[in-house]
Amino acid sequence: MGKLTIEELRKIREGARKSRDLREAQGKSRITVHMGTCGIASGARDVMDALLKAIETHHIEGVLITTSGCAGLCSMEPMATVEFLDQPPVKYVELDAEKIVRILLEHAVEGKIVEEYALAIGSEKMS
Amino acid sequence: MKELALHILDIAENSIRAHADLIEIEIVESEERNELTMTITDNGEGMDDETLRRVMDPFFTTKTVRRIGIGLSLLDQAARQTGGGTTIESARGKGTRMSARFTLDHVDRQPVGDLATTMSILIGGNPSIDFVLRHDRGNDGFLFDTRSLREELGDVDLNEPEVLSFIAGLVRERRNLSDESVSG
Repeated sequence: MGKLTIEELRKIREGARKSRDLREAQGKSRITVHMGTCGIASGARDVMDALLKAIETHHIEGVLITTSGCAGLCSMEPMATVEFLDQPPVKYVELDAEKIVRILLEHAVEGKIVEEYALAIGSEKMS
Repeated sequence: MKELALHILDIAENSIRAHADLIEIEIVESEERNELTMTITDNGEGMDDETLRRVMDPFFTTKTVRRIGIGLSLLDQAARQTGGGTTIESARGKGTRMSARFTLDHVDRQPVGDLATTMSILIGGNPSIDFVLRHDRGNDGFLFDTRSLREELGDVDLNEPEVLSFIAGLVRERRNLSDESVSG
């Protein structure tokens, strides 16, 4: 088991600072991955992991990532909610690693709802 | 849940909801005692006696979106399947300590699993909370503490993508943030 060096930490710090400085201060959108017992048992960890890795890989700016507990629709987990300021939230259901990356790139970044994965926009259920 | 790392992710959510700002996770594997103990301690709001008495009931929850809370009872079941069990200590304003004990070599004992991804997700989703992970496997001890990492990172947040990848690698490779190496 190797020991960490101060040089490695400094490189991480400087690299992260440069990336952060390129991103805008305020988030444009927020993705909440629901991590209740039902979600975790259904694969929410893989969904969250894919999301975090995609943000790094694609150098995504302005998307805030948070977690929350169960959303109350346990049979449809894993679930995530995408929100933009002054717009109704969109709830996505039955997610996997591939779907969440598409939701990140198409909805959270480009603003286009991925209707085939969406359950509801605000309080209106998708038909 | 198929691995203990998933239970950690689940139980830590209780600590987060209790507004803890420090969550300590300890896993001790002892071949001598044939025992694996997993303890999660937080400095959150804690529970009153009535809540503590009912916390293992899968049909009891303090959440409002649904009427069941099965996380702790699932963990308890997983421990009991190996001949172990769980204990919870809590008091209002004093935090909570949950400890699950498993028989180490029992065929039904779940593997520890992917701690690296679990920790990066906990930290990534909750960058203002400090996490401590201790994993003791007899002669091999691993300690990760976000407080030590914050000192070195300065104004860089823990949930920056590069930092989260670094944390996952650190945990996966069990590389200790030792005072000796960090202070140079």
